[in-house]
Amino acid sequence: MHTTIETADGKGKKLVDLIELDEVTVRFAGDSGDGMQLTGSQFTSTTALMGNDLSTLPDYPAEIRAPAGTLYGVSGFQLHFSNKDIHTPGDKPDMLVAMNPAALKVNIKDVREGGAIIVNTDAFDAKNLKLAKYAVSPLEDGSLRGYKLFEVPITKMVTTALEGIGLSMKEITRSKNFFALGLCYWMYNRPMEPTLAWIKEKFGKNPMIAEGNERALRAGYNYGDTTEIFTSRFEVKPAKLPAGTYRNVTGNEATAIGILAACELAKLPGFLGSYPITPASEILHELSSHKNFNFRTFQAEDEIAGICSAIGAAFGGSLAFTNTSGPGMALKQEAIGLAIMIELPLVIVNVQRGGPSTGLPTKPEQSDLFQAILGRNGESPLPVIAASSPANCFWMAIEAARIALKHMTPVVLLTDGYLGNGSEPWLLPKAENLPDISIPFATDPETYKPYSRNEHLARPWAVPGTPGLEHRIGGLEKKHIDGTVNYEPGNHQFMTDMRAAKVKKVQDSIPEQDIFGSEDAEFALVGWGGTYGAIRAATERLLAAGKKVAHVHIKYLNPFPKNLEQVLRRYKKLLIPENNLGQLAFLLRANYMIDSETLAKVQGLPFVPSEIEVAALKSLESM
Amino acid sequence: MSTEDKTMTKETGAPQLTAKDLASDQDVRWCPGCGDYSILAQVQRSLPSLGYKKEDLAFVSGIGCSSRFPYYMNTYGFHGIHGRALAIASGLKAAHPNLSVWVATGDGDCLSIGGNHFIHAARKNFDLNVMMFDNQIYGLTKGQYSPTSLYGQKTKSTPLGSIDHPFNPLLVALGAEASFVARSMDRDMKHLASTVVRAAEHHGFSFIDILQNCNIFNDGAFFLYTEKETKPDNTVFIEHGKPLVFGKDNNKGIKLDGFRPKVVSLEDYSVNDLLVHDEKSKELAFILAHMTDMPGYPMPLGVFLDIERPVLEDDMKKQIDKAIEKSGRGDLNSLFREGNTWEITGN
Repeated sequence: MHTTIETADGKGKKLVDLIELDEVTVRFAGDSGDGMQLTGSQFTSTTALMGNDLSTLPDYPAEIRAPAGTLYGVSGFQLHFSNKDIHTPGDKPDMLVAMNPAALKVNIKDVREGGAIIVNTDAFDAKNLKLAKYAVSPLEDGSLRGYKLFEVPITKMVTTALEGIGLSMKEITRSKNFFALGLCYWMYNRPMEPTLAWIKEKFGKNPMIAEGNERALRAGYNYGDTTEIFTSRFEVKPAKLPAGTYRNVTGNEATAIGILAACELAKLPGFLGSYPITPASEILHELSSHKNFNFRTFQAEDEIAGICSAIGAAFGGSLAFTNTSGPGMALKQEAIGLAIMIELPLVIVNVQRGGPSTGLPTKPEQSDLFQAILGRNGESPLPVIAASSPANCFWMAIEAARIALKHMTPVVLLTDGYLGNGSEPWLLPKAENLPDISIPFATDPETYKPYSRNEHLARPWAVPGTPGLEHRIGGLEKKHIDGTVNYEPGNHQFMTDMRAAKVKKVQDSIPEQDIFGSEDAEFALVGWGGTYGAIRAATERLLAAGKKVAHVHIKYLNPFPKNLEQVLRRYKKLLIPENNLGQLAFLLRANYMIDSETLAKVQGLPFVPSEIEVAALKSLESM
Repeated sequence: MSTEDKTMTKETGAPQLTAKDLASDQDVRWCPGCGDYSILAQVQRSLPSLGYKKEDLAFVSGIGCSSRFPYYMNTYGFHGIHGRALAIASGLKAAHPNLSVWVATGDGDCLSIGGNHFIHAARKNFDLNVMMFDNQIYGLTKGQYSPTSLYGQKTKSTPLGSIDHPFNPLLVALGAEASFVARSMDRDMKHLASTVVRAAEHHGFSFIDILQNCNIFNDGAFFLYTEKETKPDNTVFIEHGKPLVFGKDNNKGIKLDGFRPKVVSLEDYSVNDLLVHDEKSKELAFILAHMTDMPGYPMPLGVFLDIERPVLEDDMKKQIDKAIEKSGRGDLNSLFREGNTWEITGN
């Protein structure tokens, strides 16, 4: 829909088209010191307040401040917003904001044909072009002809706007991200007020910086208003989402909030033993700032101490958690085995990243499924579940704690860097509607036996300090019921079978596998974890195109839901998109002798829906 | 139930336990003649005098001969994994500060595979009581050299003699800023019992290096210090506020010569010339601990350092109390609504 509106700039009036769109994908890119993550998150907050559905994807380098202007120092933030329910940060950006040549070079290949590109022309000097390995300036060689290119001298404009307020040149140029943000607010018809309020709060103690950022933001907005190069503005109306109160949340925030909620719902003091690791540390940060929930955070000396301190806290009667990413998970494995042996509740959150070894610290991957399910010495089963979207991390954190308590077992919750750093609107639950997940402690000396079991095969939890329940636990095999050290052949067989049966028993308390899509589909896309959004979006497109397709997304990976085999056997063909080389496919084959096709992507980037759509169409054709 | 609302451990008026109350029903399975028996007996004998209730005692261990200790105590016990006793104990103490938490570990468990946890637990100053059974050998794995084995020591893995320079455990503890550092030995029951009591009384990280005879793989390693004939001339027992006198007829002493201790005869010097021990002095603790490795000097035993500094689990609790005082007890609905929220009304 096109309307022509007048925009006032104080000097004169200009006519622009107001174009209504269903959805927009914007990517901000610049040096890692350019503040692109901040620009992106501000645009996100404002967009959330406008009532759009949205999904974000930050993409930043492992280096904190890589040398300016280099290709490997480019930091990006992508935001997809819409007037309908969306699932991913978008396929191809409709607009790219490139603060320097390197940012343009790294990102141009993703921009959709005919998309808009705003460049900071002041950054396109000989030095930066050379650093970005451009022989000729792309602004001059016609290579950007297929796009709507807006050349804006952002640095100069900001310098002029901030003249005379007393900031150094370095401080002034640092405000240029706010200029870009202001310009984007104008283009997408978003209000500046939320960001203005944020600037006031954030830089309140430094009024000069606050003033500079405010002026830069307004200058960017006004530039859109006045200059003749922008002749259209775009509008995305609010999405029709379920009624309620929303906030924007990243997966790591949601995990931390879920952890706090789980402790309240279990009526237990909480404990997190943690060692900093990308991209999981935000969970530690978030929990550290909520001590008023009687929550203890302990930054341990290493990954092993992180989990061992959590095990100690669990022995002491706390609801204990440890969080990490791939390499840290590997270090924790021996202690996870200990937690399996001593049968205490514990939640291990693995925010997966690219591996092996140090791999791609800031990039997502889902290649720790084997490690979670199979990665220990001995027969050492434990429940493994996975979150499917940033907001879903909240629910799965509670679910992990529920299973850990009910079955007295360590539980692995898998998320990944994409979910952890990505964000989406979260429909806020009401605390009073959340489930009670508390379990009783053992208190009766007459009946207490350390390794007796209830109907869920869980052993009792006797907390030190309880009179008459003194007992000893540990990593050595224990005798059934009485819990003393025992090496008898029959007992070890029995206890090994018991630990397996106990984990299998979790099937009784988890939901059955659900299916999305055509009732009579013979082809299904199967996934787990962070691929949810891309698979769901691809499925919706295929359904809209009249294809008979289903989407089966598995949240419970060990044990699988009871009906999973039956669900999967409905289809003649399964295609499994995974950010690994086919780990779920391997497990399905091992469990059910069911074959599938794998769509593997290990590029440090999540799937975009079109990749899955194309693969699915190809797969459908060959049926 | 909150685990924090329990009564304090050292309760007055409760019937005092006996050593027998603290013995579990498990058969003790150390080799006959092992020094560990004595350590177990001294712990069981000395703890009742401190007025603990059984349920408020927890023993945590790693892996090794020493680490079977919790199974023999009729208290709460946790036999962990190799090297990680202190990490487990730290979490237990942080989550449940009212417990009296003890760690039984060995020279390999504590200083080799668990070295990182040891230095950090000491630095963080959790209120833990650490007994390191130091037999200068790996016993449970059958006789390899340990981080406290002597240079040149012949073991199964060093048939030509160890070429590793050993740790002086006291210096490691002092370097990591442990707030209580002591040394005792399995064969001096009285001294060991009193040192255990001192460790328990200290609020903060207590470390006791217990010289312990492994009669199978390193028999007699400490006989010079433990046996009647040689003990008096080869050991010096340090006590706060007392001069360092030793020798068969109390005829020798330690005097400070600048920063260096010097062995002198009391025929040439008066007791007033001798070094007077001050367990509040970090500097002196280092000097005395160094004496361990000085040829011709007696083995120093006793409490080297006993100082007060902030205890981690106390500070953790204080921060929580302060946060609750400042913002009120956390409420889930307000937590959910932190930051910007917006309403969507029925469509």
